Amino acid sequence: METSTLTPEEQFQARIDADVRIEPKDWMPDAYRKTLIRQISQHAHSEIVGMLPEGNWITRAPSLKRKSILLAKVQDEAGHGLYLYSAAETLGASRDQMLADLHSGKAKYSSIFNYPTLSWADMGCVGWLVDGAAILNQVPLCRTSYGPYARAMVRVCKEESFHQRQGFEVMQTLCEGSAAQKEMAQESLNRWWWPTLMMFGPKDADSPNTEQSMKWRIKRFTNDELRQKFVDMMVPQAEFLGLTVPDEKVQWNEERQAYDFGEVNWDEFWAVVKGNGLCNHDRLQARVQAHEEGAWVREAALAHAAKRAARAAVAA
Amino acid sequence: MNQQEWPLWEVFIRSKQGLDHKHVGSLHAADAVMAVQNARDVYTRRLEGVSIWVVESKHIHASNPDEAAEFFDPAADKVYRHPTFYDVPDSIKHM
Amino acid sequence: MPRFMPAPQPEVSVAPTPSVAANPLFPFVLQLADTSLILAHRLSEWCGHGPILEQDLALANIALDLLGEARSYYQYAAELEGKGRTEDDLAYLRSAVEYRNPLLVEQPNGDFAHTIVRQFLFDNFHYELLKALKNGPDAQLAAIAEKSMKEATYHLKWSSEWMIRLGDGTPESRQRLDKALAVLWRYAGELTTPTPAETNLQELGLVPDYAALLPAMQAHLAHVLAEATVPMPTTPAFAQQGGKQGRHSEHLGYLLTELQYMQRTYPGLTW
Repeated sequence: METSTLTPEEQFQARIDADVRIEPKDWMPDAYRKTLIRQISQHAHSEIVGMLPEGNWITRAPSLKRKSILLAKVQDEAGHGLYLYSAAETLGASRDQMLADLHSGKAKYSSIFNYPTLSWADMGCVGWLVDGAAILNQVPLCRTSYGPYARAMVRVCKEESFHQRQGFEVMQTLCEGSAAQKEMAQESLNRWWWPTLMMFGPKDADSPNTEQSMKWRIKRFTNDELRQKFVDMMVPQAEFLGLTVPDEKVQWNEERQAYDFGEVNWDEFWAVVKGNGLCNHDRLQARVQAHEEGAWVREAALAHAAKRAARAAVAA
Repeated sequence: MNQQEWPLWEVFIRSKQGLDHKHVGSLHAADAVMAVQNARDVYTRRLEGVSIWVVESKHIHASNPDEAAEFFDPAADKVYRHPTFYDVPDSIKHM
Repeated sequence: MPRFMPAPQPEVSVAPTPSVAANPLFPFVLQLADTSLILAHRLSEWCGHGPILEQDLALANIALDLLGEARSYYQYAAELEGKGRTEDDLAYLRSAVEYRNPLLVEQPNGDFAHTIVRQFLFDNFHYELLKALKNGPDAQLAAIAEKSMKEATYHLKWSSEWMIRLGDGTPESRQRLDKALAVLWRYAGELTTPTPAETNLQELGLVPDYAALLPAMQAHLAHVLAEATVPMPTTPAFAQQGGKQGRHSEHLGYLLTELQYMQRTYPGLTW
């Protein structure tokens, strides 16, 4: 029997502090459950909305090999969305409800997917930069305190590393190609660099949830820490490719042993978060349409399953 | 949308012959046949498995975490159940 | 070269001149390649738009299988042709009239019922064709068929089950299925009707006799439709033909415009 006089909240925090994973049926504070459902479903939404900007280029991929890779990659995003919805479902959220929240605009997804993919090089940048940023966010989540989320993330991260590599390979091929290809790569980097930096979320000072999430070990690094890590990782890679990061302030800081870099345009960040990005409307519309047009299919499958079950019951 | 959702299924995969099926996650499917196929399409895209089990999530009965203490702690002091509890003279082989 | 603007294109790309030395199997292997590619392309259009996440993954898996199969055929076709063309040259630099896929596979996705019926009619043929090809005299083709048959077996299972679900599901699904079947049935006959070129190859024993595939195809079709409670379509007096000889529906041109966009805009580059 439990002899301590700790409150359930204190016991819970003690388990978190001891790095014991929380599992679905364990007692947890309501706020912890809510925060997780919000974060995991938001993450899942990002995966499935994220299929659209790249899905856009599957039919236009420049070679059969690239077409296969891109299709497999975008399909993986569907899988990731599925793993994550499943993790959120262990907390009592239904996928239908989560989708309804996405479709109504109540739930958010990563703003990066509200930017358009305009050239083939964008497939490179999305893989190399966007997935690169996602991986930085996601690797620590493999150790997040909630078991099903952590396990889903292990699976996601395993698959995600191929995504970044294929993106880098697309960029590298372009950069080793013709002048037009190299320019395509640079133009794409120019468009994607800043939105990618925004993926890490608002500055720590403007991120009210960070502290509690860190305490619950849902989150293990702050937004600014991850953003810095990303810049430190990517600047040398861009140099390797012979591309220039579109930020004049990027400079190695010997003292900090890190790159200095310019300020993100936070007005743009908040505008896109609030739904005013170029593609917000189209992305959501595409999701709603797929879901609505799929309604009769899902219904038919259920109806058929019920008929079959009834027939089996009669036969038995 | 007010229609009913496809039921939730838990998926277990045998990664290779000789190993146990292991829980890998869950998915939605209208019936068992579809659940197995969906599991194949979702969870074995990278040669992760050679066999699949699915069970509708509602059929899983689980122990209660609140009873974890009386369920599992009593095993903790039965050290004699483990081979390391016993000192075997060095000269004795094959034990 | 203009940087982000389409480069001017020749009206029609150079038609492959039938060479006396070219292996007689070349056009047939190319036809198989085109067929799998075009269907894979159509299925890939679903990616991100499927009726439920699980089926989005299933559709992409089938598309990936067919794409892989197409690549094997294109690579083999390039080898048979022996003119140094690559798989990408064959896929990306031939015009609609040079494409040899049957009409069925280029038909647009339509609703999910259309996609399922198109897939089922194709799978039912594809499965039997591969079964025959894998025992055929050409070792390379037999090897490709053997690998692809495992995939096609699963595809046929998947599409058959969906035929049954939609047919014996709700009144709406049934009505959509009936409609799709009525439209697409007209294209089914082309699959097993040999072109003169195919007849020649059949006489040489290089291509399976399609008539021999029909009984098994019909048996499976009858079984699935019975389960689906859908009446057997009455064979139309006139079945659409021509895709396998380059006479396509208008849909193919748009499909190829998209498929070939990059290669046509930036010719001769590596991606």
